[in-house]
Amino acid sequence: MNADGELEKLVEWVEGVRKRVHEIAGEWQDEEGSLIMILHAIQDEIGYIPRGVANELAKATGISLARIYEVITFYTYFRLTPPGNHEIHVCMGTACYLRGAESIQAKLLQQIDLMKAAGGAKDDFQVDCVRCIGCCGLSPAVVMDGKTYGRLNPEDSPEILKQKPGV
Amino acid sequence: MDKQPLTARELDTFVQEASVAERWIRVGMDTGGIAAGAQEVYDALIEARDSSGLDIDIQQTGSIGLSYADPVVLVGGNDLPTLVLGDMDADSARELFAGYFRDGRLLDDRVIATKDRGTDFDGTQQQVILVKDTGDGDSHHRTTIFQNLIREDLEARGLDQKIAVVRALDMGLYHRGVCVQMLPSRVTYASVTGADIRRLVDESLRNGIVLDDLLVPGGDPQERISMRNCGSIDPSELESYLRAGGYQGLKRALVDMNPEQVIEELKTSGLRGRGGAGYPTWLKWKNTRGQESDRRIVICNADEGDPGAFMDRSILEGDPHSVLEGMLIAAYAIGADTGFFYIRVEYPLAVKRVQKAIKQCREAGLLGENILGTGFSFDAKVRFGAGAFVCGEETALIASIEGRRGSPEPRPPYPSIKGLWGKPTSINNVETLATVSAILEKDGNWYAGFGTEESRGTKVFAVTGKVRNPQLVEVPMGTPIRTIIEDICGGAGHGSPIKAVQTGGPSGGVIPVDKMDTPVTYEALLELGSIMGSGGMLVMDESDSMVDVAKFYLGFCVEESCGKCAPCRVGGFQMLSLLKKIHAGDGVVSDLDTLRDICVCMQTASLCGLGQTAPNPVLSTLKYFEHEYLDLVTTPETVTSNGKGRKHG
Repeated sequence: MNADGELEKLVEWVEGVRKRVHEIAGEWQDEEGSLIMILHAIQDEIGYIPRGVANELAKATGISLARIYEVITFYTYFRLTPPGNHEIHVCMGTACYLRGAESIQAKLLQQIDLMKAAGGAKDDFQVDCVRCIGCCGLSPAVVMDGKTYGRLNPEDSPEILKQKPGV
Repeated sequence: MDKQPLTARELDTFVQEASVAERWIRVGMDTGGIAAGAQEVYDALIEARDSSGLDIDIQQTGSIGLSYADPVVLVGGNDLPTLVLGDMDADSARELFAGYFRDGRLLDDRVIATKDRGTDFDGTQQQVILVKDTGDGDSHHRTTIFQNLIREDLEARGLDQKIAVVRALDMGLYHRGVCVQMLPSRVTYASVTGADIRRLVDESLRNGIVLDDLLVPGGDPQERISMRNCGSIDPSELESYLRAGGYQGLKRALVDMNPEQVIEELKTSGLRGRGGAGYPTWLKWKNTRGQESDRRIVICNADEGDPGAFMDRSILEGDPHSVLEGMLIAAYAIGADTGFFYIRVEYPLAVKRVQKAIKQCREAGLLGENILGTGFSFDAKVRFGAGAFVCGEETALIASIEGRRGSPEPRPPYPSIKGLWGKPTSINNVETLATVSAILEKDGNWYAGFGTEESRGTKVFAVTGKVRNPQLVEVPMGTPIRTIIEDICGGAGHGSPIKAVQTGGPSGGVIPVDKMDTPVTYEALLELGSIMGSGGMLVMDESDSMVDVAKFYLGFCVEESCGKCAPCRVGGFQMLSLLKKIHAGDGVVSDLDTLRDICVCMQTASLCGLGQTAPNPVLSTLKYFEHEYLDLVTTPETVTSNGKGRKHG
């Protein structure tokens, strides 16, 4: 594909996003307490909230960009940068913590580093600690791409990475 | 269901026509169950049924709370009491289906014996003997030996075709030797020896005589009110809730009572807010109703952020309509026209089930204009949290719904005076609202019959950590902590004795093991320097460092502090630095005094509950386990919690 083709595609994508931002803002126009719900809807579709999108949202809703940024940066759920291909959430609730969540996180990071070094991982794994996911009966637990893996043994935890293609 | 609005009379027909299928299976499909493989279990059961041609009702339900045994299925039929099976997978689901419904065979190591034990046989022929060695050591081996011994004896008496001997997953009894439970009578024996087997077979099974010297009398210490339908109804079907008596409480409120009478009923019940603070629900409603305003609002606080607490998630996932009904009743009592569910976005299944419940109620006319033909109008909406713990604080929650940063505001004015968009607002917790619908369905006096003088009713606790069987427990207030931890959850579960129980999450404190006979009430826990909180109960054993635990909770609060007021922002950070220093073995004795000073400052001067209560885990560990801090700051050579030896210069 030539550079022009890529540029066209990008312009098309940006136009599409702009249209969706206005559509989403329109859906919530008559609703009370909508800003955070709009941000959720945008992040669900795009994966994060780029600056340009926040700017577009300011135009669509009449809420100042500063106010929108204030909200995005306050809430840890909202992201200003794109996520990795695979998201791994290590639960750091108390029950998981007591049963070795920190060492699970360390083992996962170590394994991902090893895979990268060996050139074996085509995909990008993003490992984050999260607040209690409410599966304390299954502690320690990890959520990868929306699926929960429970009762993990810290030693064996990197096994879950093998469930994904590109590894 | 047709799309005509339901009338009050039609509601009753669901209850009257409710009938239970003769043979049924329910699969607990909450987040915990699904994570452990409940979907695979469900799919395998459906496939097995469809290929068998048997008429068996298979239903998805929420969790009955037995997290340790997920995925859990409940089975009814064959003239036996409801059987609870845990640790299921697709293979065992297929085996259960083929075996149990064809020739009554049960799986080994799956059945959880009931604590609601029987005391006589009532002349019934027993069909199943559950057996398990509950002692320490190689209990599986001993269990199998006893299973075989009982089988041999039954064979010798020609009873082996009539009575199955099955190894149990859990007997509900611990450190009581070999235990057996006979079904359908539920008569249970403990400390059974090899010599007792002949008596068991000859006297009990052949002649129906109860062996009093072995008998363990009944009595499940649990009482399910908030969780009454969790695990027994299909949470995604309105009709399933209606058949269980759902919206009868709302009907009673709307048809038979005026708002003041509803508030009076709540006063009689003695219900106090289950989110943590324990403010009387009736008073909150009365204050909100008492405000002159063109509009009032009700909010369900479903921002369950305490690590280790998952009762609200379980209720929303297992019985969303009970909470919605509670919200409708609250709205009628205070005169609100709009309600908001503020739900953590980390709980996607709870969100989905509440949204579905709202949609169903709009279609059935239980939300909208002129509900049940009474002229009362109300609508409910869902708003998401976005990963901020402080938004569980009510003024921060309001800011979040209004589309602002979740920074708390000073109170007063309380939200009941000036809440969402400045309107009088009643904010109630999930468990509170689920209880409200139960109270209105029965009555206030009934509810007040549970619990203690000051703390009425029941409370759900999420028992986790170093305990044998982590689970949700609902007990009457005043139940000793020991009963919850040892009798219900099986006590220590990781090879080391229990050291302490932490209640109330990051806002609570630790209770040392020698104070475990304390009854759980708001007052008793406060007296010990902890709080009821939302009901998290974290069990810690001798291998856990109290300094580490205090550091964990404080670290949580420091990260979640909104940064608005200095005592919380600066004080928390300084305390955490000190704790890290002490934990690393670099602390000095005077650090403990500094810690105490900062604690008092934060408690006194912080703006909201987060900062005011953040020192609690530090203060209570200092109160009961100061020696662990001192060991770290005075001993020249210490073994830190990660087991690494460390030397001072």
